[in-house]
Amino acid sequence: MRRPGLFYCNGETAMETLLSVKDLKIDFDQGKRFVRALHGVNLDVAKGEVLGVVGESGCGKSITWLAALGLLGNRARISGSVRLDGEEIAGMNETDLSRLRGGRIAMIFQDPSSSLNPVHRIGRQINEALKLHRGLTGAAADAESARLLDRVGIANATRRLREYPHEMSGGMNQRIMIAMALAGEPELLIADEPTTALDATIQAQILDLLTELRRDTGMALVLISHDLGVVADMSDRVAVMYGGRVIEEADTGSLFDNPAHPYTKGLIAALPDIDGPRRRLESIPGTVPAPDQLPPGCSFAPRCAIASKICDAAMPGFLPFGESANHFAACVKCREEAPFGEAAPGEAVKPGLVPA
Amino acid sequence: MSELLKVRDLKRHYEVHVPQGLFGRKASLKAVDGVSFSIEKGKTLGLVGESGCGKSTTAKLVLGLIPATAGSVEFAGTPVTAKHDARWRALRRRMQMIYQDPLGALDRRLPVVTQIGEPFEIHNPEMSRVERTERASGLMNAVGLRPDQAMRYPHELSGGQRQRVVIARALALEPDLLVCDEPVSALDVSIQAQVLNLLDDLRERTGFAALFISHDLKVVRQMSDRVAVMYLGRIVEAGLPEDVFLRPQHPYTKALVSAIPTPARRGKRERIVLEGDPPSPVDVPPGCAFHTRCPIAQPSCRNTVPQLVSSGGHAVACHLVNDGAATAVQAAE
Amino acid sequence: MVEYLLMKIFRALVTVTLIVSAAFVVLRLSGDPAIIILGPEAPPEAFEAFRRNWGLDQPIWVQYLKYFAAVFQGDLGVSMRDGRSALEVVSERIPLTLAITLPALFLKLCIGLPAGVTAALYRNSWVDRLIMMLSVAGFTVPSFVLGLVLAMVFAVWLGWLPSGGSDTWAHAVLPTVTMGLVGAAVIARFTRSAMLEVLGQPYIRTASAKGLLWRDVVRTHALPNAAIPTLTIIGFLVGSLVAGAVVVESVFSWPGVGRLLVNAVANRDLAVVQVILLLVGLTMVGANLAVDILYGMVDPRLRIKRLKAGS
Ligand SMILES: Nc1ncnc2c1ncn2[C@@H]1O[C@H](COP(=O)(O)OP(=O)(O)OP(=O)(O)O)[C@@H](O)[C@H]1O
Ligand SMILES: Nc1ncnc2c1ncn2[C@@H]1O[C@H](COP(=O)(O)OP(=O)(O)O)[C@@H](O)[C@H]1O
Ligand code: SF4
Ligand code: SF4
Ligand SMILES: [Mg+2]
Ligand SMILES: [Mg+2]
Repeated sequence: MRRPGLFYCNGETAMETLLSVKDLKIDFDQGKRFVRALHGVNLDVAKGEVLGVVGESGCGKSITWLAALGLLGNRARISGSVRLDGEEIAGMNETDLSRLRGGRIAMIFQDPSSSLNPVHRIGRQINEALKLHRGLTGAAADAESARLLDRVGIANATRRLREYPHEMSGGMNQRIMIAMALAGEPELLIADEPTTALDATIQAQILDLLTELRRDTGMALVLISHDLGVVADMSDRVAVMYGGRVIEEADTGSLFDNPAHPYTKGLIAALPDIDGPRRRLESIPGTVPAPDQLPPGCSFAPRCAIASKICDAAMPGFLPFGESANHFAACVKCREEAPFGEAAPGEAVKPGLVPA
Repeated sequence: MSELLKVRDLKRHYEVHVPQGLFGRKASLKAVDGVSFSIEKGKTLGLVGESGCGKSTTAKLVLGLIPATAGSVEFAGTPVTAKHDARWRALRRRMQMIYQDPLGALDRRLPVVTQIGEPFEIHNPEMSRVERTERASGLMNAVGLRPDQAMRYPHELSGGQRQRVVIARALALEPDLLVCDEPVSALDVSIQAQVLNLLDDLRERTGFAALFISHDLKVVRQMSDRVAVMYLGRIVEAGLPEDVFLRPQHPYTKALVSAIPTPARRGKRERIVLEGDPPSPVDVPPGCAFHTRCPIAQPSCRNTVPQLVSSGGHAVACHLVNDGAATAVQAAE
Repeated sequence: MVEYLLMKIFRALVTVTLIVSAAFVVLRLSGDPAIIILGPEAPPEAFEAFRRNWGLDQPIWVQYLKYFAAVFQGDLGVSMRDGRSALEVVSERIPLTLAITLPALFLKLCIGLPAGVTAALYRNSWVDRLIMMLSVAGFTVPSFVLGLVLAMVFAVWLGWLPSGGSDTWAHAVLPTVTMGLVGAAVIARFTRSAMLEVLGQPYIRTASAKGLLWRDVVRTHALPNAAIPTLTIIGFLVGSLVAGAVVVESVFSWPGVGRLLVNAVANRDLAVVQVILLLVGLTMVGANLAVDILYGMVDPRLRIKRLKAGS
């Protein structure tokens, strides 16, 4: 599924770009002052591709895409550009934007059970989307809703349509959310941690369903997750976020085989594995700084093992890395001659239980 | 071999009302339904399973926090019951617990150093205030908290730091057994690694045994000497982590292990995707509880409950595996 | 569900019985009706006759049992003051009370609900702050103070409206407005928080994400859901239609049930007090029950939960 040559090394995108986010900045009104939560994010999603977005909680994964669809509410001040097929949608009026939402761009969320209205029947909630985007009502809408439920693997669709969200499991509700998203026949589905609240076997079902739907419909997918495994498994390309910025972006293979940024390396090394020999985990010291307490210069510097003076000077530029054309990283030291982090993940076998 | 904790055929059923017809009906929810395991001194048993399979209930039963419906728990040769008498309290100081939500486990109105010293206050009232604070500071140091954080309140610390406070408090009395119920599930990956490493180091230093519960197979493998996989209140497979996770035998474990996406597995899709949701513990299917989702279920699986049969330290509760048909199963796949 | 409702009715009846009993004991022990009604200067024979007549010469527990026996036979007693049936005495006041409480309820809802919803929708804006300021003022100022102020301004200074009595509809204006304003403040605050709670729910974001315009999100997803908790407080207000006007009726000398209650207590006119308490208890219980049934109808989650809790 990888698309070589889609992104040129100078960052110029090919024609197939579906959604393009440029220099997106978000400030939240905190009463007395504004706090910047997103510091200029650039991301492109090509038609039909899967873009994975990873990072720890609070790094700005969700707000990036909520802002792109104008779903952040009036306490967020947003600047930058969001283009869908070349057409600017940032700052679009509500009527035009609402036609895109759930239409060309659909979105599903982390907690499926509370993402559905508890007092409306499932059928009514799906019909609502069908009416908005396909003009279907009455029996035609009911039939299409049933077909959609069937499509996402829910048996007894007609009966299920008359039930309420609380009568279903979390996995079922996520399927319903997906069915609702499909109602508008989207070109892009933004899935914000779609399996985080679900059990492992149910997560596998949902990921399979998403893969299958994508293959059949050709829609692009933005998969937001804090789980490196999920992103690695599903994505063509991955963006790693930290402190309200994208700090590394690459084709999935390149990112996991040859990570550039110390944070990406740290995340990979901190993850226990299920196969292979056991090793001691390498943790990243410290914690993610609050959005209003970012250090000057590289925001990862306080936690970075190889940080030095130059890192504090300014936020490092987002520049190409390595041989792969689509690999970028925002770290001043990652391109130095001797690659650091010799004890690369997976090498150091867990030494008994000896403390470091 | 010295068994520190011995759990035999433990059950916990709840009387519940389920909606049905006009008045609903009474039913029995089998949260834990016949679980047996033991933990040796200084060793860690990992318990994995999906939400609602009875992990937390098992933890509470082990500590005698709730009464068992049937079965026994023995700690260092003494039975643990839910009668909270002097004997239980004496046992209890040797068995401590860490929960998933550190904020809920801590008192919002007390500085953390006081809370870390609390166990001394309860179990060792003669200890002087000064000594208590000194010991608490020592513990803070051991779990990697800075002295300047001593007077902070729980909400002034990050999630990882809070969990360190909880760990320090649990270790205050140098327990022989630490029951950890999803201790890192609420934490970010980088912080999760910090806490796991910390537990690892402390275990090395003080030698406590642990019952380590998580829904995350990777974390359980990282932490455990032996692991047990639960499904609907029963253990379906148990053994060394290498055996259970690298060479799983039970169809449920196989699916569970194959379902874990990791960066290393990327592109190599051999996921076994199970159909449907786990049944409710109110309506545990007869026979093998897994037969409703088992890809290789036989008609006979619906009638007889498979027993957990061990061979060479690797125990499996599946008719097809245990009846020597294991090879046939593998061939069939 | 039936089981649950029966349980609820039973509990409510127990509560009403307890209130009535407590009132019985307190009123009997706190003063002799004979002295209060006949006056201290009446001849001793008159006292004796009065006491015998009303059964006051018997031990208090006998009086108590007799009273309840009578109530169960539908006999609610006779007013000691004017000798008519207590039920009759109370009944003739009910329309007068409703004449101010019903319009007041209407006012409360018409001001309180939109104000609360508006405040929530424009959270933290000046509109919100203004509404909340008025609302806080509305329910921190006691209603008799508000009543007196309104009477001062519109009756005494401006002379537009009468300050007391019940002769014309104009007399009803000030008591109604006083009650309406205080109640609206309570409703506004409650509605605002119910609405904010709902607006913060993930399903609201889902509704926007599927392409509904904000006003349709509010109309079809937020308002109906926020109405559910608001039912409770509306139920409470309906329940207090009869009894809620004690203070205001006193301030404006409006001859409704509330004022009757005050007078009856002062006179130790037991039968009348009991009838009023019973009436209040039953309307409260009725309103509560209605809310419960409504809740079950509008909130599908509760149908199940109730079943579980009902055991
Ligand atoms: N007090 C209780 N009353 C009734 N049912 C209960 C009670 N406590 C637990 N249960 C039920 O027992 C079953 C097992 O619960 P338990 O908390 O042990 O699950 P778990 O494996 O820890 O799940 P999770 O991963 O979600 O924490 C669940 O179905 C739960 O709903
Ligand atoms: N409505 C809001 N008001 C203020 N701050 C917010 C709001 N939503 C998100 N934030 C802040 O923005 C940052 C990024 O949030 P988010 O994108 O939700 O993180 P995540 O990467 O976990 O999805 C966080 O620091 C969060 O606290
Ligand atoms: S720029 Fe410096 S501090 Fe930032 S990640 Fe690179 S080395 Fe570390
Ligand atoms: S006993 Fe039967 S149903 Fe159960 S796991 Fe084995 S094969 Fe599957
Ligand atoms: Mg998020
Ligand atoms: Mg649990």
